[in-house]
Amino acid sequence: MRVHAKRVTALVAGLLSPTVVMADWTMNMSPGVTGISNQIYSLHMTILWICVAIGVVVFGVMFWSIFAHRKSQGAKPANFHENTWVEILWTIIPLAILVAMAIPATATLVEMYDTTESDIDIKVTGYQWRWRYEYINDDFGYFSNMSTPRAQIENRQEKGENYLLEVDNPMVIPVGKKVRLLMTANDVIHSWWVPEFGVKKDAIPGFINETWTRVDEPGIYRGQCTELCGKDHGFMPVVVEVLPEDEYNAWVAEQRAAAETERQLTAKDWTLEELMERGEQAYASACASCHLANGEGMPPAFPALRGSAVATGNMEAHIDIVVNGVPGTAMQAFGSQLSEVDLAAVITYERNAWGNNTGDMVTPKEIFDYKNQE
Amino acid sequence: MSAVADTHSQEHHHGPAKGISRWLLTTNHKDIGSMYLIFSFAMFLIGGTMAMVIRAELFQPGLQIVQPEFFNQMTTMHGLIMVFGAVMPAFVGLANWMIPLMIGAPDMALPRMNNWSFWLLPCAFLILLSTLFMEGGGPNFGWTFYAPLSTTYGPPSTTFFIFAIHVMGVSSIMGAINVIATVLNMRAPGMTLMKMPLFVWTWLITAFLLIAVMPVLAGAVTMMLMDINFGTSFFDASGGGDPVLFQHVFWFFGHPEVYIMIMPAFGAISHIVSAFSRKPLFGYASMVYAVGAIGLLSFLVWAHHMFTVGIPLAGQLFFMYATMLIAVPTGVKVFNWVTTMFRGSLSFETPMLFAVAFVILFSIGGFSGLMLAIAPADFQYHDTYFVVAHFHYVLVPGAIFGIFASAYFWLPKWTGHMYDETLGKTHFWLSFIGMNLAFFPMHFVGLAGMPRRIPDYALQFADFNMVSSIGAFMFGVSQLLFLFIVVKCARGGEKAPAKPWDGAEGLEWTVPSPAPYHTFTTPPEVK
Amino acid sequence: MAEQQPHKHSNNRVIAWCMAGVVGMFLFGFALVPLYDVFCEITGINGKTSGRYEVAAAGQVDGQRTVTVQFLASNGPGMTWEFRPVQRSVKVHPGEAVTVNFFAANQSDHAMVGQAVPSLAPAEGTPYFHKTECFCFNQQPLEAGESVEMPLVFIVDPDLPEHITKMTLSYTLYDQNREAKVSGSGPGTTTNNNG
Repeated sequence: MRVHAKRVTALVAGLLSPTVVMADWTMNMSPGVTGISNQIYSLHMTILWICVAIGVVVFGVMFWSIFAHRKSQGAKPANFHENTWVEILWTIIPLAILVAMAIPATATLVEMYDTTESDIDIKVTGYQWRWRYEYINDDFGYFSNMSTPRAQIENRQEKGENYLLEVDNPMVIPVGKKVRLLMTANDVIHSWWVPEFGVKKDAIPGFINETWTRVDEPGIYRGQCTELCGKDHGFMPVVVEVLPEDEYNAWVAEQRAAAETERQLTAKDWTLEELMERGEQAYASACASCHLANGEGMPPAFPALRGSAVATGNMEAHIDIVVNGVPGTAMQAFGSQLSEVDLAAVITYERNAWGNNTGDMVTPKEIFDYKNQE
Repeated sequence: MSAVADTHSQEHHHGPAKGISRWLLTTNHKDIGSMYLIFSFAMFLIGGTMAMVIRAELFQPGLQIVQPEFFNQMTTMHGLIMVFGAVMPAFVGLANWMIPLMIGAPDMALPRMNNWSFWLLPCAFLILLSTLFMEGGGPNFGWTFYAPLSTTYGPPSTTFFIFAIHVMGVSSIMGAINVIATVLNMRAPGMTLMKMPLFVWTWLITAFLLIAVMPVLAGAVTMMLMDINFGTSFFDASGGGDPVLFQHVFWFFGHPEVYIMIMPAFGAISHIVSAFSRKPLFGYASMVYAVGAIGLLSFLVWAHHMFTVGIPLAGQLFFMYATMLIAVPTGVKVFNWVTTMFRGSLSFETPMLFAVAFVILFSIGGFSGLMLAIAPADFQYHDTYFVVAHFHYVLVPGAIFGIFASAYFWLPKWTGHMYDETLGKTHFWLSFIGMNLAFFPMHFVGLAGMPRRIPDYALQFADFNMVSSIGAFMFGVSQLLFLFIVVKCARGGEKAPAKPWDGAEGLEWTVPSPAPYHTFTTPPEVK
Repeated sequence: MAEQQPHKHSNNRVIAWCMAGVVGMFLFGFALVPLYDVFCEITGINGKTSGRYEVAAAGQVDGQRTVTVQFLASNGPGMTWEFRPVQRSVKVHPGEAVTVNFFAANQSDHAMVGQAVPSLAPAEGTPYFHKTECFCFNQQPLEAGESVEMPLVFIVDPDLPEHITKMTLSYTLYDQNREAKVSGSGPGTTTNNNG
């Protein structure tokens, strides 16, 4: 069942805030995009129709009585008040219907619990009030925060199409692969739900829960936290982007590179000696050709660094030159050519080698932050 | 001590005391019944006001009226007040008024404990409602108060909440003991168990459920108290505990609790359908066995509230099968009511309108319950508005309409006057339409993906939420009409005979209307 | 009233039985706590691995079968240590004792005490995961800036059901002093060596 959205502009003055309302009278769950969600949809429709059928029969009899057995129309009451066979019959028949219903339900449940043979494992952690996704086998992870602006929630701005169902960093998974999800929580119980996957599992602090999904169609799928977890329970959506496998692999590579960078920058506590050692090597390969190994350069085209104002003066100006280069000269922007570690090492080296001895050092993290502030 | 037969309704020297001490000190089941009913209606209006706040906020997407922190207090308190303050005390009030009359007893078995059972309730609810005004606000973790949200992350008032639950629980337990003692020991000679009116049967089973599970609730909140204040770790993983343990203990209480909230209605509705069909209840024995079966099975299904917490497969399957099974005796009851009506001679005074609506709409609630029982499908329904729709269908047109039906049915007996039939029917139709407008759309938004307990929602849920809010406002306002009807009836109206309903049966219709202060001082003979 | 007197004896009986039921059910509620623990320990249902495993004798190693064991580490609320598995996952043969390490570093400026709490998925594998040595058996005190590599020695039982080929062991590290503050009692709150 597809959602038909038609845009209706709300014009009731005074009553409604100026929102563009998508009139939506969706009455049913979607069959979704996974094998499990489709099975659940079938079970749902089957039990629904069984209930409708029983309701039609039972209420039908009742409405008939209401119509045909009224005192005001002269009906006289019969006197029967028990019948053992009838009681047995209407105990056994519903029982049989339920047993029949239980069989496909059992089969689907067994399949939902089968987390074996997964291709990817992702750890999902519920926090108050956001999700964290960690790709276990690829060693990177990130937070996923709702990105709907407060202004929209507080009715100061028109609400966007994915109001309350959008995040800064969605979970990304490949299409057609079995993804095993390991759920836990940092603080209170949360619950991770994507309706179109047919996946919901509680995230319990101190415990790990398992579930899985295999999505058949690429796309963006949206869900929400489904366990009351405090004040912003309604504001921690789940968004999953399902990509074709090659795009997914490209995304993973990007994430791993970024994570590796971040790890290098932040994990290690660089000492001056370590930076100097690395800086000497980096300088040798990237800078010495112009500024020479002894730092004396070949002025005027290639200024000396030994005893120079740049290498002994304002740190930020020094970083700026190395990272951004000097336009109109041969000094390139090394910010995009060297890693943050090498940039930090080189600058530290330049500030302390050849008798410059400023004692200054700059960390890779500081270079990273400097580059990102622009 | 009156040896005078109950045919005249004068209250000479043994009438009720005068003034406020009458109500504070009464041991009379009629007075206590009235107090329970009045108290429960007051709680119903308070809980209903909270629902109005909720529906007002949910009228449109965006936060307009309250902040999420307060919204969570409203949803929590609405649930607690309605469950423990409105529905349960109302049924206890009906039990107090009607059980002695129905079994030909002069009063409840333990009249002084009866008084105390009642007066504990205003105390408990004063404490509970006062938490809204404490620093940090009132309980905001849902009426199901899962740990660790309620333990580690609850507001300072949580300890008062726990205390209020304890007090209310003591009241319920004492009431249940009273009912059991009364029913087992004080039936008129000749009234065997299988001759008891069905309302008495359903209350007897309800009372056993209360004895069994209210102490477990007390255990759960005591463990909470200990985790919060005494450094224990029942529900805290860091100390070797388990948040899921809370859910098991809570729902072991919680599932029988929902049957506690409906069984007395099953009994009352049986009386009313039979009376207005002018036909005996079909399948009396089956009805008794069905209620017994439901009572027993209710202890075996609790984890169907927990299908998504990570229970192993074998457990899920067991609870799914047991839950599906409980639909069978419930269905049997519905079939029996319909068969009672079939080929009867039906009239549709207000009690019968509520009773017919009960049968239809409670069954719809039962159907959504059966859908919820299908564990794989429940993964899509759990903690969404589909569940909210389900339990409001079984509680509002179920328990609440059952209480309204009973009230209209027995008001002539209580007050001596007929209520205004036109106003009664108006109250019914407004409630019926309002209720369906309010709760039927919740099935849809739940299926479409709207979670529970959220103060704001995505745009695709807006239209049905607006309809739902309009229905809720309509339903809420209509209850003021009921207040008017009851007050008007108490103060005057057409004089009611001993048996105003020609199809009604039972000892309660042999005493005058209004029932004298003391009835059945000599027990009647039952054939 | 005289009418009440004939019932007094039977009323007292009812009250006595009901009160016995009330007290019994209250105790049952509390009994659910150890019952739950015992039930879970026997069945492994909630993923809580049991305490120290005493190796009876060198068991058979099933060289034909390989099981992947993944390791996850999380911090409890407010816990500021760096806490991670040294090995993300290992492939083991059921029956062989395997050692892996977890790295923890107290990055704060004061001494702290941590307690790791394990959880295993799939839960049905829990009875077949035996820890002979685990840092989770004890509290872990670390000075400011101190770091440590903590060992875990485990054996996967050869009776592990055939269909389980991957298990994930997750530890959550809690700040014991914070727990003490939050719950209102003094430092050194008793914690179970829950293993």
